[in-house]
Amino acid sequence: MKKFMPLIILAILCLLPLAGLSSYIMHIVILVIMWSIIGMGWNLLGGYCGQVSFGHAAFFGMGAYAAGLIYYHLGISAWWGLLVSVPVLTLSSLVIGFICLRLRGAYFALSTLALGEVLRVTAANLVKFTHGDLGIMIKQRTWVDKTWYYYIVLILAAGSFWLIKTVTESKWGYYFVAIREDQDAANSLGINTTLYKTIALCLSGVLTGVAGAFYMNYMGYIDPTTVFPLYDISIVTVMVVMVGGVATFWGPALGALIMVFLAELIRSMPKIGAAHQTLFGILLILIIIFLPNGVAGDLRKLTRLFKRRRPA
Amino acid sequence: MTVQVELFLQTLIAGFLLGGLYALIGLGMALIMGVMRIINLAHGDLMMVAMYVAYWLFTLFQIDPYISVFVATPLLFFLGIGLQKFLINPVMKVESILPHNQVILTVGIGMVLANLATVFFSSNYRSTPVAYASKAWYLTDYWKDAPIELSLSAPWSLSFLVAVTITVLLWFFLRKTDTGKSIRATAQDIDAALLMGVNVRKMRVVTFGLGAALVGGAGCLFIPIYYLYPSLGKQFTNVGFVITVLGGMGSTEGAIIGGVILGIFESMTATYLGMGWAPVGRFLIFVAALIFLPGGVASILRKQRLGK
Repeated sequence: MKKFMPLIILAILCLLPLAGLSSYIMHIVILVIMWSIIGMGWNLLGGYCGQVSFGHAAFFGMGAYAAGLIYYHLGISAWWGLLVSVPVLTLSSLVIGFICLRLRGAYFALSTLALGEVLRVTAANLVKFTHGDLGIMIKQRTWVDKTWYYYIVLILAAGSFWLIKTVTESKWGYYFVAIREDQDAANSLGINTTLYKTIALCLSGVLTGVAGAFYMNYMGYIDPTTVFPLYDISIVTVMVVMVGGVATFWGPALGALIMVFLAELIRSMPKIGAAHQTLFGILLILIIIFLPNGVAGDLRKLTRLFKRRRPA
Repeated sequence: MTVQVELFLQTLIAGFLLGGLYALIGLGMALIMGVMRIINLAHGDLMMVAMYVAYWLFTLFQIDPYISVFVATPLLFFLGIGLQKFLINPVMKVESILPHNQVILTVGIGMVLANLATVFFSSNYRSTPVAYASKAWYLTDYWKDAPIELSLSAPWSLSFLVAVTITVLLWFFLRKTDTGKSIRATAQDIDAALLMGVNVRKMRVVTFGLGAALVGGAGCLFIPIYYLYPSLGKQFTNVGFVITVLGGMGSTEGAIIGGVILGIFESMTATYLGMGWAPVGRFLIFVAALIFLPGGVASILRKQRLGK
């Protein structure tokens, strides 16, 4: 039963558009799936390999701009961005890895944080190449209806899930976990830590970048502050995984579900809407203190908490 | 030609003054880094809090920002102590898969501070229009036949001098007092310090407070020459950690030198490439430091000391 769980969930999700949901609900579901792709990408690097990144907006934005720029300069459909973003992100991840993976722990996190900021500034300043702060707009969206967008993002998510599952259950997955637990010990056992950290970074970057390319097509408009922000993308990515469960298969999807619904809920409240980052920050602090391994990781702790309450 | 030289020297002066202020931000971060082994990503946001304190003191009571250093610094000290005691210390004990939970926690704190400031004070740009804001000293006033003209802005120089004073006071505190020595011992080796009878946990709390107080002081010094908005913290957090890496992780002397280097480099990029590129210049020097000087300025200092 457990073996077929992903397939069952996929089948249910395939049938979802038949339920005749309103286009607002579909929009939220699409965002949830998109965020779970980003979360899965982050989870591979941060959760399994232990390299916490605060700059996934950099990868997301690069993917989005890869799609946007081929449309803007070459005039071909931005959907090619889904393909173009793969080599672009692989190359840039190699360069980023060469620089940032020299650092360990918190310093790696910092260097990625700087990266996101720098790309935002660069994209805003290279006016001729990226159209600067005015951003890139797709003049005509491919479909008005959300169903096709839904299926495309679902296929991407299923592919990402399969990729992550295959990678983490192979030898590579064990190498990643070994690096997370103790890099020096892993090194002394003959694991080429630099190589495997770079592989994790590339995979993570490509997944996030493809999600970015999808975002460009789906939203139809990007500018430097919507695709390279620190809090709204990079930190939310970390939160999606932290809330859902670090280094678990279902954690990112669960976290994306909770975070996107929570964000919509908070934003729709009239007066509290402006303070959504405060509430997110407090949630982050509470999660780190009480559920450090997320909902999926601390499931046992959660159930025990509820069981204890019942007799009282 | 003289115009070029003038521009270069003027940029150098501006960079040096900016560097002195940056050093103060970097020092607080390096202290926290040294003792707690975590990077405080709420550093810039703490500075933003201090700037708002100085701003409101100026707007409501006409208190000069340089006097509010004496108000904001203790206030930030206690804020830092509170954060460390009630949020960061409990997390240090929690077992989890990821080792960097404290760093993520500081991000959460920064996020809350920045957003609360937006909610309460709106995201308008604010500044304190002090009377001496545009006062400056010119070289030709003192030396009539000077071949080139240079100027020295009064608030910048004053901020720089106060920053240097605070740095010197900190140096005496770390070298001469028992608490300072305990902090340095904790930074060098936590276990050894514990065995020598240093109350490591108390030192952590004091250090975080001290780091927050330093950046709070920097905030008060920045407000007469800069403007204020709620999300300005991020930018100064970046400045702080670039300095920490440039100076060598957790080294206080390195942080001072790193601050000056960064200040000069940033003025140069702003003058010769344009204002918007300054953050990119910051990142370039960061990358260069990582590739060519991974130990930071501190490693050079250490080498020289050993050479003697």
